[in-house]
Amino acid sequence: MSIPADLKYTPSHEWVRVEADGTLTVGITHHAQDLLGDMVFIETPAAGRTLAKGEECAVVESVKAASDVYAPVAGEVIAANADVEASPESVNQDAYSAWMFKMKPANAADVAGLMDAAAYRKLVESEAH
Amino acid sequence: MLKQTPLNATHRELGAKMVDFGGWDMPVNYGSQIEEHHAVRSGCGLFDVSHMLPLDIRGANVRAFLRRLVANNVDKLQVSGKALYSCMLNEAGGVIDDLILYFMDESWFRLVVNAGTAEKDLAWMEKMNADWGMGLTLTPRRDLAMIAIQGPNAVQALNEALPGVDSITANLKPFNAAAMGEMFIARTGYTGEDGFEVMVPVKSAPFFWKALMEAGGKPIGLGARDTLRLEAGMNLYGQDMDETTSPLESGLAWTVDLKSGRDFVGRAALEKSEVTKQLAGLLLLDRGVLRSHQKVHTQYGEGEITSGTFSPTMQQSIALARIPLGIAPGAEVEVEIRDKKLRAKVVRYPFVRNGKILIA
Repeated sequence: MSIPADLKYTPSHEWVRVEADGTLTVGITHHAQDLLGDMVFIETPAAGRTLAKGEECAVVESVKAASDVYAPVAGEVIAANADVEASPESVNQDAYSAWMFKMKPANAADVAGLMDAAAYRKLVESEAH
Repeated sequence: MLKQTPLNATHRELGAKMVDFGGWDMPVNYGSQIEEHHAVRSGCGLFDVSHMLPLDIRGANVRAFLRRLVANNVDKLQVSGKALYSCMLNEAGGVIDDLILYFMDESWFRLVVNAGTAEKDLAWMEKMNADWGMGLTLTPRRDLAMIAIQGPNAVQALNEALPGVDSITANLKPFNAAAMGEMFIARTGYTGEDGFEVMVPVKSAPFFWKALMEAGGKPIGLGARDTLRLEAGMNLYGQDMDETTSPLESGLAWTVDLKSGRDFVGRAALEKSEVTKQLAGLLLLDRGVLRSHQKVHTQYGEGEITSGTFSPTMQQSIALARIPLGIAPGAEVEVEIRDKKLRAKVVRYPFVRNGKILIA
């Protein structure tokens, strides 16, 4: 199971990379894409949108089902990835390079509340039982 | 405890992702659903459909029984091995199940019914058998496994996997079946491609499956089975029709025989009913994916999507929807998807047959 140690995670299966400038890059985990199957449609949030923590802000749809992507913390969307919208299958190929959006957290300290790789691994393993 | 088909261990060895499908532990895919879908359209796919139930009905009155039991006319079946698709209706004209009937001889028909409805169907048939004093014997054939072999290379794969079958496959027309020893070979399917559904004794199923794989057949899960049947415009019981819907509002009028004088269960209700809806094909014009239960807005009122998916062949989202009568192919409608209304075009289905897209 691919869970990079340098990323942060949410219980709703988003991964979060904390960039050097304090902004966040967000995508869905390898485990999430594995559960959903072949991706066929992705909708990302518009830049400038203000997000509450846990707000539905992107949609990923596989052949099987539609699923929401949630904001890991409160903040503002600063960029969306047009490439994943054009090639949804890139999420299946490499979930950790196929980011959905970048955001600026409202409070930098909120990032500390995200799960680390070990905690996320535990969650995934517990869901498997 | 989930029920298992005789191929359960085989699926697990192949690394299938298993899911609970109506109480059965079934493979949803063996990796990529989309690749499996394409494999059937361009080559040959193998499906474990052993969860469906073959059912033998024997007795002198079997034809008379089926004339009353099902909505299509079994008198269309006069040659041994010929198959018929039909709905079995309740008194209100709702669909208890859709099934295939094979005429074997005047004292034996074989039926294949859906997995999720098998027990209900059997109870209903036994009740009718008793109520009408037919004296028939109904035998569920759980001793048979069923494997569907589908795609342009299905004939070649089956011939290679089963020595001696070529004399049968060479002459077997669509919707016909033939016995070969303990095996039963039907030229039927649920994909819109050429192919077969083969019943084999349970103990031979894993070996037969492996032989079919060696002959080029690719294992296909239930995920691709659904996208294939939807492209082929084939109804799914429980989704496109059920006990509360009329076959006449489910795209199944062609299977309901109101021409002959037969008095079948549900006929009186259907003749009294007013048909106000139709099952139509939808093609999504905007970006997104059509899914079942999404609301459809038309100029004559609301409708609902019964089955929707992303079509791997067309690279576009398609659906079957129950919409008001009078909305013609070519009309544009709106589908509510989350907080948006997206544009869709009403089209005649099937969408895809024999590997070719039929929608302009």
